[in-house]
Amino acid sequence: MLKTGSQSILQKLGPIIGLLVIIVIISIMSPSFLSLNNILNVLRQVSINALIAFGMTFIILTGGIDLSVGSILALTGAVTAGLMASGVDPILAMLIGLVLGAILGAINGLIIAKGKVAPFIATLATMTIYRGLTLVYTEGRPISGLGDSMAFQMLGKGYLLGIPVPVVTMAISFIVLYFILKKTTFGRRVYAVGGNEEASILSGINANRVKVYVYALTGLLAALASLILTSRLNSAQPTAGNMFELDAIAAVVLGGTSLTGGRGWIVGTLIGALIIGVLNNGLNLIGVSSFFQQVVKGAVILLAVLLDRKKTA
Amino acid sequence: MIEMNNISKAFSGNQVLKNVQFEITKGEIHALMGENGAGKSTLMKILTGIYSRDTGEIRVNGNPVVFKNPKEAEQAGIAVIHQELNILPDLTVCENLFLGREKTYGKTGFLKTSQMKKEAKAALKELGLDMDVDTPASQLSVGKQQIIEIAKALSTNAEVIIMDEPTAALTDREITTLFEMIGKLKTKGVSFVYISHRMEEIFAICDRITILRDGSYISTERISETSFERVVQLMVGRELGERFPERNAVIGKEKLVVSGLSRKGHFEDISFTVHAGEVVGFAGLMGAGRTEVVQTLFGYCHHNAGTIKLDGKNITIRNPREAIRHGIGFVSEDRKSEGLITDFTVAENMSLPNLGRLSSSGIMRKEKEDSLVADMIERLHIRTSGGSQQVKSLSGGNQQKVVIAKWLGIDPQVLILDEPTRGVDVGAKKEIYSIMNSLAERGVAIILVSSELPEIIGLADRVLVLHEGKLKANIEKQDMTQERIMHYATGGDQIA
Repeated sequence: MLKTGSQSILQKLGPIIGLLVIIVIISIMSPSFLSLNNILNVLRQVSINALIAFGMTFIILTGGIDLSVGSILALTGAVTAGLMASGVDPILAMLIGLVLGAILGAINGLIIAKGKVAPFIATLATMTIYRGLTLVYTEGRPISGLGDSMAFQMLGKGYLLGIPVPVVTMAISFIVLYFILKKTTFGRRVYAVGGNEEASILSGINANRVKVYVYALTGLLAALASLILTSRLNSAQPTAGNMFELDAIAAVVLGGTSLTGGRGWIVGTLIGALIIGVLNNGLNLIGVSSFFQQVVKGAVILLAVLLDRKKTA
Repeated sequence: MIEMNNISKAFSGNQVLKNVQFEITKGEIHALMGENGAGKSTLMKILTGIYSRDTGEIRVNGNPVVFKNPKEAEQAGIAVIHQELNILPDLTVCENLFLGREKTYGKTGFLKTSQMKKEAKAALKELGLDMDVDTPASQLSVGKQQIIEIAKALSTNAEVIIMDEPTAALTDREITTLFEMIGKLKTKGVSFVYISHRMEEIFAICDRITILRDGSYISTERISETSFERVVQLMVGRELGERFPERNAVIGKEKLVVSGLSRKGHFEDISFTVHAGEVVGFAGLMGAGRTEVVQTLFGYCHHNAGTIKLDGKNITIRNPREAIRHGIGFVSEDRKSEGLITDFTVAENMSLPNLGRLSSSGIMRKEKEDSLVADMIERLHIRTSGGSQQVKSLSGGNQQKVVIAKWLGIDPQVLILDEPTRGVDVGAKKEIYSIMNSLAERGVAIILVSSELPEIIGLADRVLVLHEGKLKANIEKQDMTQERIMHYATGGDQIA
């Protein structure tokens, strides 16, 4: 029932067509791209960015932005790893990490909602603070020796019915978040606050609470991504998640969600994250130098936004 | 000097001007009057090149002209001073005066600051304002800012100055100064188009008056040969009775009792009562505090003092959520920025204040939403292809009905409507009046804020008149006249 803004069917199909075009080009140039192994590999690589980008979608729908997601990822990863290395029960340590992520996100939300600080500035500041806290906590060194807890190892490296666990995590998160945006009052409020905050407040919506929730949700998802990353690397890096915010924002934008809020959908974000993942993987397979890869990625983002602009105009 | 003949204009099929004529002679002050939606501003926007005309011609000094943009109109000597002044508060007086046409040394871009200051000072002195031109504009009163706008217009060699509600935000003394200045410029051959709702002012300074109604030209009269009553009659153009549907609501017991409501710097000591089934009008000039009072009642602004009673019980309202919980609905003044989420569909907008009732455990119940929406579309005769239509593609009147539908969903005890018929065509207006009446019949207490006096007189059982944040009068139905309301709205004392 919820019409995602004024987007036409064609506009919604745009990102999917873009993804298919990129896949076709890459698989022609490198047939091994389409092997099952590689596809699962791409999906696993995508999962971390996708989880963060899902949260970012909620934030951008309310008209906000979160630059601190990479730092939240690093800090929650470090704390979880630190607890595990010091012998805390791994499950408990992971739960603490997730709760910490939600708290760090909620702090962003409170600064923005109650302090009336522009989201860009607020999260620019907390990005630095959270990163600094990570460096203080880890003394700038990676934390390893995390033990061999089954649950923890599975999270990043395990398989479920032949599918990597991170991909399963991403899929479940996607379904739950899709449902929340589409079928719940909370989802409706997220769109409403981004569409017209004043009208929302005058309709009895607690816009501040909605904002705190979306930032907390994003913090939680960044922490979940952090657990996957820490598990895969078997250690927590103090520099982890650097620049992750940009890939997440790029995925949201590629998916057609409007940066001014109120318009967009999470399916687009998943496709956007896939576009970025496929490009990363495919350009490697084709043998494009990692320096030049960045140029291609940037150009694709620009092209996508320009095409979108043209359709709307 | 300027002649406009047979001007017509339609916006997406909606005819807003029909063969309108208008003429200004040199050194004349010509009033343009009409109710909201009569087409005054559209006509002026055509004159100044903001809109193009569908038919008709404009002649300046006898030569036909087509202005493609405001710049061309300005070059032809036509300047506009909008109600919202075009002053950049952080720039100085001098910088504002020369904005966009700064004097420079050739094409270097370096400013001839001292020369501009000298000219600015001289120009303002000419208008009777001797001041330091380095003062930031934000430190000036609205009256002085307006004089700077006039000076700016004159420095572009304007021969015709269009003023839109120039006195709305001025104090009495500033109004006197403005009128003296207009008088002086008139003797120098400058002409004015004076748009205002304030009849007294028009009769005080204007030479002629042109009246529009529903987009049609009605009459041009010499002020010296017409009367207040005649102008009102020409503007309204019909018996009030036929504009407003019959009412048969029974006024019940006290519903809402407000005592001593104050908000620092906005209004103070406002006390009134609204009964079940009663329509209470709020009248007053712009800036009198009407909107602030009702926004405060709805919890959108905070109050410093005062109590609110609903059905005999004291209630606190700190935000719109609490107001809604108490059954108070609020159709706000500005439909686009406060009433609707324009990217949402009709259904999504209607559901917004009702999300709690349309869901269980936070999950939307589609069947409940669909039935509410279908019910509202039918009950309010909303012309839409269905709930899933984008609200922005509806006409103004139907958009307004969607806003009203939002509040009917909460089954309100008290419904506040702030300028509910602004920008709404005549047919939809009458439908909105009928909706209000049927709500009153069901015992809803209604507060109607309106700048259109005929609307208040036609609908309200009582009218409260505000002036500069204070309640000036409480006029019963049988005593309501435009003159009486305007008397109090402009700050007049009690009539015995």
